[in-house]
Amino acid sequence: MLADRDRIFRNLYGFHDAGLKGAMQRGAWDGTKFFIDKGHDWIIDEVKKSGLRGRGGAGFPTGLKWSFMPKNDPRPSYLVINADESEPGSCKDREILRHDPHLLIEGALLASFAMRVHTSYIYVRGEYIREREALQRAIDEAYAAKLIGRNNVHGWDFDLVVHHGAGAYICGEETAMLESLEGKKGQPRLKPPFPANVGLYGAPTTVNNVESIAVAGDILRRGADWFAGLGLPNNTGTKLFQISGHVARPCVVEEEMGIPLRELIDKHCGGVTGGWDNLLAVIPGGSSVRCITAEQATGVTMDFDALGKLGSGLGTAAVIVMDKSTDIIGAIRRLAYFYKHESCGQCTPCREGTGWMWRVLERMERGEAEKREIDLLFEVTKQVEGHTICALGDAAAWPVQGLIKNFRPVIEARIDQYQARHSKVAAE
Amino acid sequence: MAVRRLHPEQPAHFSFSADNRAWAEQQIAKYPAGKQASAILPLLWRAQEQSGGWLPEPAIRAVCDQLGMAYIRGLEIATFYTMFQLAPVGRKAHVQVCGTTPCMLRGARALVEVCQRRIAEHAHDLNGDGSLSWEEVECLGNCANAPMVQIDKDTFEDLTPALLERVIDGFVMGTPPPAGSQIGRTASCPEDGPTTLLESSLYDGSTVGAWRKRFEETEAVAAAAVTVAAAPAAATPVADAVRVPPAILPAALAAMANAGLVKELEARGTGTPLSPDDLQRLKLEVSRIQPVQNSADAAPLKPELLTEPRDGKPDDLGLIWGVADKLADKLNAMGIWHFDQIAKWTPAHVAWFEAEMAGFKGRVTRDKWIEQCEKLATGWRPTSDAGERPKE
Repeated sequence: MLADRDRIFRNLYGFHDAGLKGAMQRGAWDGTKFFIDKGHDWIIDEVKKSGLRGRGGAGFPTGLKWSFMPKNDPRPSYLVINADESEPGSCKDREILRHDPHLLIEGALLASFAMRVHTSYIYVRGEYIREREALQRAIDEAYAAKLIGRNNVHGWDFDLVVHHGAGAYICGEETAMLESLEGKKGQPRLKPPFPANVGLYGAPTTVNNVESIAVAGDILRRGADWFAGLGLPNNTGTKLFQISGHVARPCVVEEEMGIPLRELIDKHCGGVTGGWDNLLAVIPGGSSVRCITAEQATGVTMDFDALGKLGSGLGTAAVIVMDKSTDIIGAIRRLAYFYKHESCGQCTPCREGTGWMWRVLERMERGEAEKREIDLLFEVTKQVEGHTICALGDAAAWPVQGLIKNFRPVIEARIDQYQARHSKVAAE
Repeated sequence: MAVRRLHPEQPAHFSFSADNRAWAEQQIAKYPAGKQASAILPLLWRAQEQSGGWLPEPAIRAVCDQLGMAYIRGLEIATFYTMFQLAPVGRKAHVQVCGTTPCMLRGARALVEVCQRRIAEHAHDLNGDGSLSWEEVECLGNCANAPMVQIDKDTFEDLTPALLERVIDGFVMGTPPPAGSQIGRTASCPEDGPTTLLESSLYDGSTVGAWRKRFEETEAVAAAAVTVAAAPAAATPVADAVRVPPAILPAALAAMANAGLVKELEARGTGTPLSPDDLQRLKLEVSRIQPVQNSADAAPLKPELLTEPRDGKPDDLGLIWGVADKLADKLNAMGIWHFDQIAKWTPAHVAWFEAEMAGFKGRVTRDKWIEQCEKLATGWRPTSDAGERPKE
């Protein structure tokens, strides 16, 4: 198990003071000026060497992303921090925003300096109202202490602005977030051009997840080697895992990347309800990844590569556990409804497809379907996947594909039951 | 996509109160000149708060006028973002029940039934006296505290139907319960207490400044390497026999030798892994640098070393502040197993030790190993596994 002294988020549960004084006592804002004096490229290099991969779901190497920003561009450039945490199962950024906001603010300064950015926006999801207030309090403290702002003690002018959404999941997609920040509907943009060239207000922009930014300070303090020494090769460092669903004690916990799933659940959550043998399936990375079966879950490690090999993904490391009492068709049907509700309506395959998939699953949940429709449903998911501007189409297709791939006999049995019941009625 | 329409009955006018108008101007100022449209979400949200929890059509127009936007843009936004309520909501509470899978798995369906029974059959309908309304919303991001509802700005978590009834009663009576977990949990901590973050040394300020060591060591070794490179006179015959590949600068080499980095390079490599030959050269290079660096100190003297711990019971050297597991293993490998061994060291012993361990210059003295070990040898133990930080 990860040693406590290797944990970055030391006030994860808010037992301690989230204010500036408490944060400094725990090590935030320690040596920030020293790192800034080492230069833009040194910071990017350290983050590259640490092997940090983006914590928002896609796992793109953070240092590499930072290095894409143009160096001598006359336009202003921006860092946009994605705190639009809306992926079902995910609840980690919330803890950072309300309990360890200074790690985020310090990371924002370091990342902005590394990319030669003077203004950064944090886009907090609309529902996180108390979290937004907590973050704003911390930012006000940092301004008052001259840690950020014009003529601050770090010698790099930096403004940090809290922005908020109003309940649209799609705004978590980076280009939709930029649209929303510009005061439009959050409809994703076509790429290219990528945000690093044409982003917010047409200027170079990098969008990073809250957790990716908040760990930057500690990576520099403890060293790239320290971070790279934790976890597994290519999947380094620590990660906030969020375990929900059928476990004895759901929680958010920081652990090493690559921790075995079973260890994560047994050690921190008191095990699966009714014991490991009662496990049916796990969605290991938030609703957008394919579920895995109990058999696959036994022995799998929680990292990008191991879960990728199973056709699933680490995503945001939001582990949704389902025991044998779960109606798996119902659980996935509810996710299908989620995507139907959250599709922005821009691309036809997604706008129409998400609703279509949900309606078919509604019938399948009752068993009111034909078996050939299972293949048809699978085929439709394939027509949505990869045929949309953003990844919401893929995200909507994958849970359904995971259901069909892993639990086809359950769907067939449900159809059989329904038909048996109704043919009896018809015979009477 | 959610299809949403404006309410058929709308008030005639809307204008921001004086306070809100001032607040709105502050918001607009946060964005670059000419990009005032960025402020539309915060402004519409404030308009909704001022209008009693829903967004009337005149408010959308008023905000558009203030931001210089076409009305259709404001209407697009108000209908696209689902937190904007387009119809009146309950005066005392609008209960938003999260119904997405993580909450569903832990009983959100039963919460919806409570709302249907207590408030209204259908979502968005008002109850009899207009004080309550409810809706099922998509994931609110409190999944480790499922199931939950959000009312106004606060979340009420870890609910059961009975607990939700209590929350609703609280709002009806004007005495809402404290927000957060309704079963006494702290945030998303496991219900029976944390499994992590138990080490008290994380919170007493003793970790502050610890990062400096790493840079001091690297800089010390790098400085010594530069001295060697700059002064050919210091080169020994051994150095002539060992040719450092010209592509790697001595300073960089020495920096790489810092602490566990050699092992790191061996284990995973950063870009191109070093070949065994290169590694050997690197180690020789560093061992050559070390005596030069130590020449000012006392002449190195080998301390007492043991081939194995006495009675097969080694002390836990990790309890020395500044010594972690990796270093403790190295100490063991050198023949150092007990606190009293280190407690007996003289400066000459320290000089020997530093010559043996590349990249540890000054650490024994700075971290007061000898004093710490004297204390530890008496049987005293620190409260934390990391040891107790010696006083300056």
